[in-house]
Amino acid sequence: MLYEIIQWLRTPGLNHFLIISGILFSLGVFAILTRRNAIMVLMGIELVLNAANINFLAFSRYTSGTLDGQVVAIFVIILAAAEAAIALAIVLNIYQNFNTVNVDEIDQLKD
Amino acid sequence: MDLYVIVFYLFALITLASAAIVVISKNIVYSAFALLFTFFGVAGLYVLLMADFIAVTQLLIYVGGILVLLLFGVMLTTKVIRVDMRTGTVRMFPAVVIVAALAGTLIGIFWSTDWRQSPAAEGFEKTIPQIGEMLLTSYLLPFEIASVVLLVALIGAAMIARRERKTS
Repeated sequence: MLYEIIQWLRTPGLNHFLIISGILFSLGVFAILTRRNAIMVLMGIELVLNAANINFLAFSRYTSGTLDGQVVAIFVIILAAAEAAIALAIVLNIYQNFNTVNVDEIDQLKD
Repeated sequence: MDLYVIVFYLFALITLASAAIVVISKNIVYSAFALLFTFFGVAGLYVLLMADFIAVTQLLIYVGGILVLLLFGVMLTTKVIRVDMRTGTVRMFPAVVIVAALAGTLIGIFWSTDWRQSPAAEGFEKTIPQIGEMLLTSYLLPFEIASVVLLVALIGAAMIARRERKTS
């Protein structure tokens, strides 16, 4: 049993990358759920997107044998860039209007 | 020990430790700088997955673009003069339970599933010409839509951020 675990640890393969991405995803969800600052929520979203990208690339490398996963990963990065720009613009606007970026204090659509 | 194994665990450690710092740290500036190391570690994992072009893109766009943008956001919305960099947390206990259950489920699935592994997955040669060809043939429509999305995001972000507040 112990030998098998050591042997498993010594041969990084698909499962290792998937488990890393699972942990990264969970950390991102944790940041999204618990943080009050909107920018911290954004950072959590970036962690989640990175975890998804690791999954795409791991499956592209180990199971499909084609580069489709890598192309999809490029689109994910593009959308992450667009999302970060828009979300930060919204956060700056919220800060101008409410003088705070804590997501639990912003509870009205117009003032 | 194989060099591949050592590098893999090094990047995995960098990624997960700095991601934990991002999530746990109370100071939002520390979180932003820890996020830098997370992106760097993820780029290293991409290299180990034979995705060299994606790794470079990750460094350019995430570290060079998104992280700088996030830091701008931090600096513009935090009261730097009053040294109020701390950010609170809410709903700590239920979140810990939910995230622990989520992580356990995910890792259990990843561990126990017998993934179909391609026997010929020895890696890729010359990913960049192939990716370029795929972007201009089978992925042409998503590629063009992505360019439009980026343009719309650029204009939209500028409009939202520059909107004057009506002083009433």
